[in-house]
Amino acid sequence: MNPMWPDFLDTECVPLPSNVAACRVQVDAARWCEAADAMREAGADLLSLWGSDDRDRDQCLRVHAAYLLRDRVVVVEHAMPADRPIYPSLATRFPAAGRLQRATYDLLGIRADAGDMRPWLRHGGWPEGVFPLRRDVAATQTWPVTSSPYPFIPVSGDGVHEMTAGPVHAGTIEPGRFQLAVVGEKVLRLEVRLGYTHKGIAKRFEAMAQCDAHRLAAHICGDSTVAFSWAYCAALEAITASTPSPRALVLRGLALERERIANHLGDLGGLANDVGFAFGQTQFSSLKEQLLRHNAELFGQRYLFDFVVPGGVASDLPARALPGMLDEIAALERAVGDLRGIYARHEGLQDRFLGAGRLTPAQAAALGAIGLAGRASGVARDLRVDQPWSPYDQSSPALATSTEGDVAARVQVRFEETLESLRLCRQWLQALPAGERVCEVPVAPAGQLGIGLIEGWRGPVMLALETGPAGGIRRCRAHDPSWQNWPLLEVAILGNIVADFPLINKSFNLSYSGHDG
Amino acid sequence: MFDILSRIRRTGRLSEPYPVPDTDQTASTAIQRELHAVFGRALCIRHVDAGSCNGCELEIHALSNAYYNLEGAGIRFVASPRHADVLLVTGPVSVNMEDALRQTYEAMPDPKWVLAVGDCAVCGGLFGANYATRGPISAIVPVDAVVAGCPPTPLAIMRGLLQITSKRPA
Repeated sequence: MNPMWPDFLDTECVPLPSNVAACRVQVDAARWCEAADAMREAGADLLSLWGSDDRDRDQCLRVHAAYLLRDRVVVVEHAMPADRPIYPSLATRFPAAGRLQRATYDLLGIRADAGDMRPWLRHGGWPEGVFPLRRDVAATQTWPVTSSPYPFIPVSGDGVHEMTAGPVHAGTIEPGRFQLAVVGEKVLRLEVRLGYTHKGIAKRFEAMAQCDAHRLAAHICGDSTVAFSWAYCAALEAITASTPSPRALVLRGLALERERIANHLGDLGGLANDVGFAFGQTQFSSLKEQLLRHNAELFGQRYLFDFVVPGGVASDLPARALPGMLDEIAALERAVGDLRGIYARHEGLQDRFLGAGRLTPAQAAALGAIGLAGRASGVARDLRVDQPWSPYDQSSPALATSTEGDVAARVQVRFEETLESLRLCRQWLQALPAGERVCEVPVAPAGQLGIGLIEGWRGPVMLALETGPAGGIRRCRAHDPSWQNWPLLEVAILGNIVADFPLINKSFNLSYSGHDG
Repeated sequence: MFDILSRIRRTGRLSEPYPVPDTDQTASTAIQRELHAVFGRALCIRHVDAGSCNGCELEIHALSNAYYNLEGAGIRFVASPRHADVLLVTGPVSVNMEDALRQTYEAMPDPKWVLAVGDCAVCGGLFGANYATRGPISAIVPVDAVVAGCPPTPLAIMRGLLQITSKRPA
């Protein structure tokens, strides 16, 4: 262990229920900083940062930071008196903390002591000084929207001009705003503003029952619905010590990998489309459509919104479906292999992919890149490999990485992950274990905190669930890896031409809804 | 080049016949008549995600794949609201998108129609109304037709669109 590692992180850590190894520790402000330094030194990722209003319990507001070490999750919690809710900022150690801290202030009035103080989620939809996630704000209270222009950081100089895109974009994509400063064709600076799809999901969770809220978790981010609903169920199941059958866990694994494959196929087509290679789009979007139609036959839905339920899964696979699924895997492997060859040999395509939107391994490490975008820039981490939970603990998935960090690298990682996911699916289908579709999940007592951590297709999806009385929910923090990776785009775009922005943005394909919450 | 051509030949033609508009849905008959009189079968759509989870967007994307081939039916998505006949809105309206949605609607030339797609857009869905959302699209802009579902399938969205473009029912 490194010399910076303070003892309290071992001696005072209390184990937390989770699908991976996890623990929590209560700290004061000095130890909050010490823990952050130690985590940075140990190469941990800041997994998430959130606040909670515990004034009803001990007159305190709390800030929580979840760190991801190679072998466990550590949740560091710092309580503050309600009349002075200020804590030391983590943004200099973990850049991803900056926006998380701003969002925490907007929702709970807990402020970091330094850094950017501009609002992040509050665009004028509720008044300054009102903190909607506090317990004394009624769930149904609303306010009229007031205009509140966002002070983008101005860029000036000879030949510099600024371009704004969004929140309504030219295509069918989620809303967000991009402020580009350009010189000639080159991008000098990009600033992203998000929060447009903020739906108050955390507040909504608090009005839901434990046994029902997986449905809300499934709608935090529609393209990662299996990952979020599994993270929710994993947290609840860990708290209640219920274990789904091996069969149910393998079926969840299949669903998660099919979600990964569907998204990767969609992106591989979309990226070709963005460089004018319509053939790639036609081919991959057709493969994705075939997969979704097969989902509808197998699971009764194209996107698996309601598949993962507490205790197991919503529907079982009949034995007669297996040969068709194995055929589907073989056909997809052939098609993806063929198309990968075509992409590799297409000079026009490679000319646009290679070197575009490069995020170097040093930049990725400094910014705390995670998930797929991190793996394409040398951050060789994947929860399925590093901290495998069931059924991944039996199946040794292979890691796909690159150190190039450009669009081509993110394409390469997608190709390799798609093929690896197909391999995992085949392996599971060839030895599908027996077991109940769903096990009973008792009502959890109040005041229990559990962590669900799932490697979704973009990266680690974390959900921290604290139970309330009578089968309710006291607080639920759901975290999408896009929080960490949106700032990467602002770095990767620098020096590229404006016309490559859609391509580079697509190569990251980050979530708006998952981020905005 | 040869590998691309050979793959295209092997893929063949995937596009399917367009769905028959649901003749039961008399509520939309008036819009159908009106729209058809003005546009025939051509229609330009501006999509606005007013706070969706991205599920509906995935299915809207699917409309452009070879199977549904929406553009083949004369229906296309346009970049500017100034070029649009129909505003297709998804999601419960977040307060942070309220102004943008209203401005997009106002920027469209008359005559114009609004199609609310997905349960959230139709009734607020799971999210309902709270400090951050206004619930259904109709809370902000007038809605002419709806497509329910979470998310609605591409076929259901196509039916919704074809309802307002197809020939007048007998």
